[in-house]
Amino acid sequence: MPFESAALSVASSRTSASLGTRAKGFRGRIVRVGGPDLRGLPVGDGVELERRLLEIGFIENALVEIVHEGLIGRDPIAIRVNETTVALRRREANAILVEPVG
Amino acid sequence: MTALDTATPPLSGRPLAGSPRSGPSLARIALVGNPNCGKTALFNALTGSRQKVANYPGVTVERKLGSLVTPAGRRVQVLDLPGTYSLRARSPDEAITRDVVLGRQVGEDAPDAIVCVADATNLRQVLRLVLELKQVGRPMILAVNMFDIARHRGLEIDLEALARALGIPVVASVAVRKGGTVELMRRIDALAEAMPASVETGSITTGDWTEPAADEVRQAHREADRILDLVVRTSGRPAIWTTRLDRVLLHPVAGIVILLVVLFLMFQAVFTWATPAMDVIKDGFAWLSAMVNESLPPGMLRSLIADGIIAGVGSVLVFLPQILILFLFIILLEDFGYMARAAFLMDRLMGGAGLHGRAFIPLLSSFACAIPGVMATRVIENRHDRLTTILVAPLMTCSARIPVYTLIISAFVPHATVAGVIDLQGLVMFGLYATGIVSALAVALVLKRVFWRGAVEPFLLELPNYKLPDPKNVLLGVLERARIFLRRAGTIILAMMILIWFLSSVPGAPDGATDPAINYSIAGRVGHAMAPLLEPIGFNWQISIALVPGLAAREVAVAALGTVYAVSAGDDEALRSTLATTLAAHWSLPTACALLAWYIFAPQCASTLGVVRRETNSLRWPLFLFAYMIALAYLAAFATFHITTALGL
Repeated sequence: MPFESAALSVASSRTSASLGTRAKGFRGRIVRVGGPDLRGLPVGDGVELERRLLEIGFIENALVEIVHEGLIGRDPIAIRVNETTVALRRREANAILVEPVG
Repeated sequence: MTALDTATPPLSGRPLAGSPRSGPSLARIALVGNPNCGKTALFNALTGSRQKVANYPGVTVERKLGSLVTPAGRRVQVLDLPGTYSLRARSPDEAITRDVVLGRQVGEDAPDAIVCVADATNLRQVLRLVLELKQVGRPMILAVNMFDIARHRGLEIDLEALARALGIPVVASVAVRKGGTVELMRRIDALAEAMPASVETGSITTGDWTEPAADEVRQAHREADRILDLVVRTSGRPAIWTTRLDRVLLHPVAGIVILLVVLFLMFQAVFTWATPAMDVIKDGFAWLSAMVNESLPPGMLRSLIADGIIAGVGSVLVFLPQILILFLFIILLEDFGYMARAAFLMDRLMGGAGLHGRAFIPLLSSFACAIPGVMATRVIENRHDRLTTILVAPLMTCSARIPVYTLIISAFVPHATVAGVIDLQGLVMFGLYATGIVSALAVALVLKRVFWRGAVEPFLLELPNYKLPDPKNVLLGVLERARIFLRRAGTIILAMMILIWFLSSVPGAPDGATDPAINYSIAGRVGHAMAPLLEPIGFNWQISIALVPGLAAREVAVAALGTVYAVSAGDDEALRSTLATTLAAHWSLPTACALLAWYIFAPQCASTLGVVRRETNSLRWPLFLFAYMIALAYLAAFATFHITTALGL
């Protein structure tokens, strides 16, 4: 039983989840920017958001770290990606899929 | 397959746009780069004070043109284009950059060459832009700026390898240091020599540029990474100071406290510290007026010079101390890198009120005066949010309303206390302030819903590394703001002041007249004509007349009322107390309340309209501002008059 739950916990820690759901201090790697199943955004806006995220520096396989978050509702968040630090609302950060690293 | 945006059809191999000319082949270069790469500092270093700032036609984007002289003696025009991450435009500013680079901007000659400015500590980000610009096909130089910071952090870049990889000349530059742009200037000369001696339009064709789709941007990322690996020898230390400072400045609690302190200091500076300088200017011009009055014979000419021109110029210059101080703060904070942090901290607070995070600064300044406040809205990048803020800033209770409020409160509100502690007069003043704020927020919500249909912009903001502001650049920036105010807004304000003087003084009083001269002027006739319209809100003809010169500035209403009621006194204080007694005897309480309500909303300030005209670069918005404020003023005065009458006050 302990072996099984250990295996399960390893699997869940390697699961991808949206960057917007992560806590301050999270370090990870980008799995996907944008994509077909962006929650809560009309299709056109999703395409636009994906392009803007790519333009400002978010790209698959890049390492990211959440370095700050706002006081009210822990929003917005500041994310370091490569040499750039970008501030985003969690709602928009949900368009980025990340997996933890290290 | 590329997704073609129908609004920007691709140009393939078409000749350069622009008026036909033959002349030096390198007449104009454009500076292009990411935001925060020190492009403005580079522009200043290249052009010094030989700069002209205007607007691109039909938009609020500022056009910055300067000229430089190369070591070989060539004179080249330099156009500083708005910063952008990609030629794909996400805002009116970036659309200008795209259109000028592609040679599509109406009324603008296409640049002969492009100088792409990079932040040496973040080459990765700008390399994608460089690759895009290469597609356009214009001659290009890459200036790797802030090279000193890179070297300080141990970052070593092989510039020759970079030049080989990109196929364009690459130079290092340190815009803030003397001699830091010498290499770039030499390169510009070399480029000019390599180009044909003179050019006829159509000899240089632009390459193919289309809006990159998402996958093309990914490809650009990969290419940029590949080049970076080739040219960066050592990546150096990370930006420790930025990390350390942000631990405090972006701390959820400490950060907000520090922000409030900064905002309070800014407010104090504009509200209080500017006052001595403003008084010096006011007194100076009053003295000048008096001198003219003594030296010239009485008559229209003397009145035109003393009361029209001198007073008019004085009324423009009096805003300078506040503008200079406010923009000193703003530019220092912007150059330091703190503005982005402030936007981060304010986002949630302001968002709840339906306003943009950066609107806090212009609105706060508007408590002192809406003129620097409206000018400060340029810190808001989003066009709709900026317009909304411009349109509601005049509703914030500015310091010019205080003389009017004080006059009426001291005349009509008794010296009483509420609940034995709160002074009634102070409470009424506070109520007036609160109404101003609430109405500004309400109008902002309505405007957003009606005009922009509540569209939400993604909040995507880069937090740049902190930098020590360069004193020369800060000074140039502040002086530029002052120059813009004086030339564009100042001329409109002066024109309106003279017009109002004219209306109030012409024609003069006939001989043997008993009434104050203003009754006979055009303003007097207009006032009398308007009186029936203002009767339903409780205004008598004296108020109607006083409102006409009162259009010049809010505090002028006090002096105007003094003139109409033929009350004259030595100074402002004496005038106010004598006038208060007169008004208390002549007006009913409902009329006084109605006038207070009128003053919360009424656009009794020609200078505000002038500066809104300048900042929106159109006539439509100042006219709309005037119209909606007057409508609100009338409704508020109407309601107040009738409610207070009905309550039997």
